Amino acid sequence: MSDSMTILLAASLTIIGAATPLLFAALGELITERSGVLNLGVEGMMLIGAVSAFAGALITGNTYIGVLCGAFAGMLMALLHGYLTLTLMTNQVATGLSITIFGVGLSALIGLEFVGVTVEPLSNLPVPLLSEIPFFGTLLFDHNLLVYLSVALVFGLSFFIFKTRGGLILRAVGDSPESSHALGYPVIKIRYMALMFGGLMAGLGGAYLSLIYTPMWSENMTAGRGWVALALVVFATWKPWRVLLGAYMFGGVTILQLHGQGFGLDIPSQFLSMLPYLATILVLVLISRDRLKLRENSPASLGRTFRPTA
Amino acid sequence: MKHPFKKIVGIAATVAGLAIAGQSMAETKVGFVYVGPVGDHGWTYRHDIGRQAIEDKFGDQVKTTYVESVKEGPDAERVVRKMAASGHDLIFTTSFGFMNPTLKVAKKFPKVKFEHATGYKRVKNMSTFAGRFYEGRYVVGTAAGHMTKSNIIGYVASFPIPEVVRGINAVARSARAVNPDATVKVVWVNSWYDPGKEADAAKTLIDQGADIILQHTDSPAPLQVAEQRGVWGVGQASDMSSYAPNNQLTAIIDNWDQYYIERTQAVIDGNWKSGDTWGGIKSGMVEMAPWNDAVPADVVAAAEKVQKAIVDGSLHPFQGPVINQNGEQVIPAGEVLDDGALSGMNYYVQGVEGSLPK
Repeated sequence: MSDSMTILLAASLTIIGAATPLLFAALGELITERSGVLNLGVEGMMLIGAVSAFAGALITGNTYIGVLCGAFAGMLMALLHGYLTLTLMTNQVATGLSITIFGVGLSALIGLEFVGVTVEPLSNLPVPLLSEIPFFGTLLFDHNLLVYLSVALVFGLSFFIFKTRGGLILRAVGDSPESSHALGYPVIKIRYMALMFGGLMAGLGGAYLSLIYTPMWSENMTAGRGWVALALVVFATWKPWRVLLGAYMFGGVTILQLHGQGFGLDIPSQFLSMLPYLATILVLVLISRDRLKLRENSPASLGRTFRPTA
Repeated sequence: MKHPFKKIVGIAATVAGLAIAGQSMAETKVGFVYVGPVGDHGWTYRHDIGRQAIEDKFGDQVKTTYVESVKEGPDAERVVRKMAASGHDLIFTTSFGFMNPTLKVAKKFPKVKFEHATGYKRVKNMSTFAGRFYEGRYVVGTAAGHMTKSNIIGYVASFPIPEVVRGINAVARSARAVNPDATVKVVWVNSWYDPGKEADAAKTLIDQGADIILQHTDSPAPLQVAEQRGVWGVGQASDMSSYAPNNQLTAIIDNWDQYYIERTQAVIDGNWKSGDTWGGIKSGMVEMAPWNDAVPADVVAAAEKVQKAIVDGSLHPFQGPVINQNGEQVIPAGEVLDDGALSGMNYYVQGVEGSLPK
């Protein structure tokens, strides 16, 4: 392999690493938002997921158990969010923000004991034979379990949302909880499930950070990735495959600008860091142009509290 | 509860006693504003060790508080002001970006003493202090120059401020003093603390050929990547060998303990004066962690020789000739860049690749 191919491969692998935690968190948020619940607590849930995953892996000595701990802890945080917004009917925006702030603090508290230690990162599971193809084998078939899972989830969730009855109900609840309720669907229960799935995915994203990306715990290690995930869902207009595209684009821009710097490219890195958000704003403007486009693309009841009437 | 009255009297007496004790001791309050979390295991962590040193030294005489993860910018001013207004006698703000907020608040609270790390603005009640970390980096650069096989030294940098540029230049100069083919490749992450991005930057540098990773960001992530990829890394601000037991070459350790204790003592004694302290290896503010066992003895000896020369003053990391990246001579042989020139350094020296972001 030539030098430039080696670097291209290395950069691509780093991009996959940078994109995967975003992909998990954003896919989870997508499902949550499809049910009409806005979860601004993603960042906090990711942090709790990260610290719990790390703790789990450290205590049991098994990284996979760590991953499960992370997912479970993220789900618990979502359950708390759900209890507040769905049962007690608090404002979703304020609650989400508090969950994030709470998560930052709680994860730091839990993590006090874990500063300065490392765990064995999750090992790669190369696909037999396929992974031996030069270049593409390494690029596509030599990853850890979570990378495969994240991509599989894109297809799985896409199928679920648009091709199954369950997905139809989820979308109905997100678009018009009143009608769904009148038809006899348990709106609150469905929203609970969507929210908990979102929390589980945020937890997985966090686990990816603390067990694979940088196998350590440090306070606030998500460094805003939860917010990027939220932007991604809007960028993707609530469609899983576009989340995949967006996550790889967001991750890609970060890595490419680092490589550009290494090669002495003279583009201000701040400009490149800004690009993904510019794209998000652009998408927002485009879909908000007319009512129909907005209705077509976003869950109509997003962020609104639903009070079931008998 | 046979004698409830007795108990109440007892409590009242204790409270009164405490109050009197409190008055006579005139507790000194020392506050800290940190840019990162105390658990970063790097920059902020070391400042917090300094804070704990104050507590250990003065016991009940001094009360310390801190606010961590304060963003550089408008929010910093609010935090510093709140601290000043809540009865603190001495406030340490420990990041370059806290300079203007600290200055603003210092002017409004003339009785409170302020200590700002790594800045250059001073007033009657605001001192500055910093470590001559470039001395430590010069020592590291010597070893890096000997150890690199690819002749590419990777450098994960935070923001293009003189403090950081100085460190990069120090490494380039010392590495090239022992290995004229060595170059320093820099990647800026525009953050002091983002483990993921720091790790990505380290990976990028290694992918582009670097076999030694230095960092001027606060998390152990770049070092950890160095360990995973089997290249050398250098701990930042504190000994980070627990993150890279096999591949930490050494670490440059910040030691604020002595300075913090001295300044607190000065406030207690009432003889605190505004000034500028820039401590290096000699004063103990900059320490080197033990060298990795795998480093050849002659390399360690060369690095230690340089370290000794810096301490006894026979060597200055920026002694002439200093030649910038474009080949222009900044100062001729026989001269040394003074502190003013050092604290305003805004150019790369020869041996650093790429151009300095404006």
